[in-house]
Amino acid sequence: MATSEERSQHLDLAAEPRGPRWRISSFIDKNRRALSVFLVLTVLLLVFTMVSPQVFLTPLIYLAISRTLPMFIILAAAMVFVVASGEIDLSFHSIVGLAAWTFALTLEAGLSPYLGVLFAVIVGAFAGFINGLIVTRLGLSSLVSTLGMGFLIRGLINIGTQGEGTPVTFLRDTPFYNAFIGNIRGFPVHMLWALGFVVLSVLLFNYHVFGARISCVGDNLESSREMGINVALIKTLAFVYVGIASAIVAIQFTLTNQIFYPTIGEGLLMIVLAAVFVGGTPGWGGIGTIMGAALGACIVGVITSGIVAAGISHLFTDFFYGLIIILALMGHKLNEPRYRY
Amino acid sequence: METKFLELKDTSKSFGKVSALDRVNFFIKGEPEIVALIGDNGAGKSTLIKIISGVHPPDSGEIHIQGEKVDHWSVAKARAVGIETVYQDRALVLQQTIARNIFMGRERTGVLGFVKGRSQLAEANRLMRTIGFTSKVFASDSVVAKLSGGERQGVAIARALYFQADLMILDEPTTALSLTESEKVFDFIRRAKESGTSCIFISHNIYHAYDVAERFVVLDRGKVVLETDRVHTTAEQLVKDMQEIARCNREGSA
Repeated sequence: MATSEERSQHLDLAAEPRGPRWRISSFIDKNRRALSVFLVLTVLLLVFTMVSPQVFLTPLIYLAISRTLPMFIILAAAMVFVVASGEIDLSFHSIVGLAAWTFALTLEAGLSPYLGVLFAVIVGAFAGFINGLIVTRLGLSSLVSTLGMGFLIRGLINIGTQGEGTPVTFLRDTPFYNAFIGNIRGFPVHMLWALGFVVLSVLLFNYHVFGARISCVGDNLESSREMGINVALIKTLAFVYVGIASAIVAIQFTLTNQIFYPTIGEGLLMIVLAAVFVGGTPGWGGIGTIMGAALGACIVGVITSGIVAAGISHLFTDFFYGLIIILALMGHKLNEPRYRY
Repeated sequence: METKFLELKDTSKSFGKVSALDRVNFFIKGEPEIVALIGDNGAGKSTLIKIISGVHPPDSGEIHIQGEKVDHWSVAKARAVGIETVYQDRALVLQQTIARNIFMGRERTGVLGFVKGRSQLAEANRLMRTIGFTSKVFASDSVVAKLSGGERQGVAIARALYFQADLMILDEPTTALSLTESEKVFDFIRRAKESGTSCIFISHNIYHAYDVAERFVVLDRGKVVLETDRVHTTAEQLVKDMQEIARCNREGSA
């Protein structure tokens, strides 16, 4: 019978040799999903480049993609928090509209555009807060309640604006404009904002107690409650985060198009959800990858612009979307570690 | 006379017309011990446990902690004193790492709320080592879903240990576990006792109870009907006693 000292020596869990090969395989293991998406994106770009080298080896197409890519990235990154917590938000595209309208109203009132941003963010956060309240206090399914909220909010915008937009061309070339969507030597600034948002989201999700609890809540609600986690607060904060992201994106869209129009944000729903799921965040909660979602947004962005630029009829766009989504999900499924249950 | 860690005196509890506990006396010694709480369904084991962990207030009787009477016992007070209930497989988040499971809700955070990942990992490793988790394949950054049932139970026990449980209550911890897995859980419990944590082990399985516990308290229909220990009985004798109790119940209600 081994003495307890001998046993202790065998029990040092950290005593296994941890050389470079272990580090690499451990890195791959922990980032499987994001790495798979990266692979898919690379293959996609290679295919497009082979089909139309004259388009994909010149900067113009990338500039075109980068006009809207930052918005997809920001929304997808924020959405990961909600999905990983076990919920879904189908109203964010309308929150984009609501925040943009708030921005426009602030400008119409003659106030500073910076104030407009502040009010837009507050409104976006508040809309997210309402979503969180409905789901956690009223106990309604987020799928259904955010679907309803999406319509409700859009309806409010339509009624309030009577269908009329607000041009904001006067903001062009102001310092405010340049700070948000200007160019640094031709490189679009709002891409930097998206990068910054991704970094913030990665830090929050992977290294902050907020992200840790999001994962626990999405993984097992009861267990999280028993361990004293305030699940209502965590879920609500995730919705608020999406609300804030929607506001940022609303400003970006309004400035890019130089006009606020009541239907702003429409069409984002499917794109962002596709980015999140193609990116490897599963629908069942507990697991999330911000990098995967950002790369998923790139895939979606590349397909959107790349198809037509590559000379393929735009009629193929939907087909390729669907193909990518299903293949990506199949890939993630195959990739999943074998668990014992 | 040594101070007992916990003592329930003359404790009774009813739910409506059903008397769940009837003037029960129960104690846990001041030094670490493993006590098996045995009894059929409806005997009152769960109720007794819930009173100890502060979930239900007793209708009558006294609760003493470290020799002092306590009033208005609650879950928060029980936790503060070091009583932790460990449910089988529950309160775990399977897709997360061992370290995250151990620290969930009570994470070690530094500046601005960022989690001290390495510190948690090191502490989780140490705890798992303490309870005798010998796997060379898994470390505390392994996902709990990869562990066997017995090993998962180990994670829950390690968590109770971290929060310096002086008393761990394990509710049917070996249900659906194989022999080897059950043995692992017993090992974890023995190690926990060695590191200073007492354990109340609830089980239907007399053989499991006999394997790990030193003292046995048998409940039947709300009353303590038998109190014995390893010195004074054998597993076979316990089984016979349980059968006798069951027989008396059948005849009594005939």
